This record gives sequence, structure tokens and C-alpha cells, in this order.
Amino acid sequence: MSQQVSVRIDGELCTAAEGQTIYEVAQANGRSIPALCHMEGLSSAGACRLCLVEVAGIGRLLPACTTPVNTGMSVTTESENLAHHRVMALELLFVERNHICSVCVSNGHCELQALAQKLGVTHVRYPYNYPRLSVDTSHPRFVLDHNRCILCSRCVRVCDEIEGAHVWDIAARGINSMLVSDLDRPWGESENCTSCGKCVQACPTGALVEKGRAVEEMTKRNVVVTTLAAKRDAHP
Amino acid sequence: MKKARLATLWLDGCSGCHMSLLDIDEAIIAVVQRADIVYGPLVDAQEFPVDVDVAIVEGAVSSQDDLEKIKRVRERSRILVALGDCAITGNVPSMRNRFLVKTILERVYVEGADAQKGIPTDGVPTLLKQAIPLQDVVKVDLHVPGCPPSASAILFVLNELLDGRIPDLGTKVRFG
Ligand code: SF4
Ligand code: SF4
Ligand code: FES
Repeated sequence: MSQQVSVRIDGELCTAAEGQTIYEVAQANGRSIPALCHMEGLSSAGACRLCLVEVAGIGRLLPACTTPVNTGMSVTTESENLAHHRVMALELLFVERNHICSVCVSNGHCELQALAQKLGVTHVRYPYNYPRLSVDTSHPRFVLDHNRCILCSRCVRVCDEIEGAHVWDIAARGINSMLVSDLDRPWGESENCTSCGKCVQACPTGALVEKGRAVEEMTKRNVVVTTLAAKRDAHP
Repeated sequence: MKKARLATLWLDGCSGCHMSLLDIDEAIIAVVQRADIVYGPLVDAQEFPVDVDVAIVEGAVSSQDDLEKIKRVRERSRILVALGDCAITGNVPSMRNRFLVKTILERVYVEGADAQKGIPTDGVPTLLKQAIPLQDVVKVDLHVPGCPPSASAILFVLNELLDGRIPDLGTKVRFG
């Protein structure tokens, strides 16, 4: 039995198990912190910075999904400052690559698009980057469109932690970061890929999709991933 | 009460936003009772007039002509509304932004042409290097995203503006 810790979330005293993250404890206590790279059943990456929270006594914002709770911790999940930083993080995701929602296979079913709507983002205040990126169609069943990738690494983690194949990695650094399969070979030539499709289901955007889907046709079932993860936890 | 002066402008877009504006159906009658539409594809005026209260702009800024138009519209209008994703993000027109203008024109008018190969120069405005959102070149007072924004969102915006308020769109709209 793990140790119990007491923390305050938005002033409310909450009990949590040692090792739980702020995100988990906040969610268990009815808070909804925005998140993109977090996915139930996978390890946390802290890649998107949407889940930033304030922790009393700490002079910078911390990602709720990677920060474990400590006894006596006091966390704020909603404030003007947080809203400001979350919106900024979201806007920067939009300008980094090419998100043309109107012609995207995931239009209407995309977590990035939905979060922008939820946070009331009607425009982006920064100049768009308009990078020239490739689309990998070499896999017989799936497509990787780098234009829509937000580098959340959910695909990397689901493939490694649930499927056990570890096809994906993120290569390079900063603005040059790029999702690669099998040491940067075309996906279709990957020797590790089992074509299970978990990465496609886990991907929050229109970056990993099934072939043959037209605009608005790509719906995802990430419950597949969370259910599998939960079953494995139950039978270790 | 003096009627408000409303203008619309169509830059690099597909006219879908204007279609969505027309999709407010009979509600347009109530709108024109409160406002005169003084310029736009829906009316006859040749010149963008001065002293416009609300200018609603569809499309990205893609050519020299678009650029001159939007600057004039900004000077002559009190409130400038960017209507739809092209005006706000560049959207579909911006998909050319990764390529050189010369490359695109050659691809279409030389490689892609069966007859009369050659890049047209007469009577067509010069393309800018990229198709860009309005806010890159002028101050925008309100953004109404969508491809197109729904008729109900447009009607809400019109009514709020005609009531003298800048509407709070909240979660009524989204990209795409
Ligand atoms: S991935 Fe999402 S945000 Fe990006 S273009 Fe597609 S629908 Fe829009
Ligand atoms: S392909 Fe999808 S899941 Fe993978 S990093 Fe990009 S956005 Fe995330
Ligand atoms: S959800 Fe925590 S950083 Fe992405």
C-alpha cells in the first residue's frame, strides 16, 4: 500500500497516493486541466505544456502531468496567468507547422482543434511558420503527415509501452524535431512495425491516420489504448 | 437612429464566407433595416467608400491588389472583422506558401497548360510571396474563424456589432 499524502488543489484539501501526479489528483477531484500529450495508460512526457499549473512557493509554472504531488503542496489549476500561458502554448503549436483544419482528415475530431475552441482561441497572435514538410505514405495502411504533428510523443510511448515494438522516436532538437520510424527510414520499410494501428488511435491530431480517409473522416478511438493499458495493469 | 454603414470584402477566399453570410436567410432583412450594405460582392458600388462602420473581410492577402485593398479598407472603417479561416490563418490559400511563386506559376501556366503556355501578366495583380492573414498587415478588431463560419455565428456577430458591442464569441466558433 503506498503512502497517503495530503495536498491542496485550488484550496480544497485532497488525499492522494504518493507518486501520483498533480494531473491525476486534480482529475480525481473533479478538475479538468487542459492536456494534449498526456494520455491515460501511458507514461508522461511533459511535451505540450498545456497542463501548466501554479504550485505555491515555486517561482515558475509546472506541468501537472509530470509533477508528483508532495505532502503540503498547494496547487492552483485555474488563473489568468495560467490561461495566458496555456493559450500561448496552444498558439505556438498552431504556428509551428501547417494546420489547415478545413481540409484535414481529422477536421471535427481533433484534440488540438477542440482544445483551441474550448480555450476560446479565435486567432493566433504570432506569425505562421509555413514549413515545408513531408507526408510519409509508404505504409500499406497508414499515413504520417508531418504537417499536422505536434510532437506530443503519444505514438512513441504507445508503441513502446503497450505494443512493445518501439518503432517511433523523435529525432533532432527544437524546431528541427521530427518524428521518425526505425532510425529514420520510411514507415513502410520498418521491420519493427506490426501494423497494429495503436499509434494512429493515440495520435491527437491528423498526423497519424488511416489511408483512404477524406476530409473530416478520420475519427479516433483512443479508448482502445486506455482500455488495453488498464487491462495490463490489472494483470501484471 | 442613423443606419450603420456595413461593407464586405472578398480577397483570396472561395466566397464560402459570403455564402454563409447569405445563409442567415430572412434575418438579412432585419440586418438591412438597421444597416446599409455600402460595398461588397452583394452590392453594386465600385469604390470602397469612406466612413464605414463595420467592414467584414473574407480571404487571405495574396496579391499586391489585396494588400492595397485591405489597407484602404482599414483606413476607411471603424471596425474590421476577419471572417473565416483564410482571413485569419491563411488557410487553403496559404498552402502555396512553401513554394516559390515562380515555381507555382510555371507549374500551372506552363507545365500544366495544353495551349497558350505562358505566365499571364496582363490585367492580373502580382502575387505576394505568401498568402497571409489580415492581421499580418492591418489591425483586426474581431476574428470569426471557421471554414466557413456558421450562419448563426455570423448573425450573432452582426447583431452584436449593430448593438454597438464587440461580440464575445467564446466557444461558438472554431477553426475548420
Ligand atoms: S490536425 Fe487538427 S488542428 Fe491540425 S489541421 Fe487537422 S484538424 Fe486542424
Ligand atoms: S504523430 Fe501524432 S501522436 Fe505522434 S508525436 Fe505527432 S501528433 Fe503526437
Ligand atoms: S499534458 Fe502535461 S505537458 Fe502535455
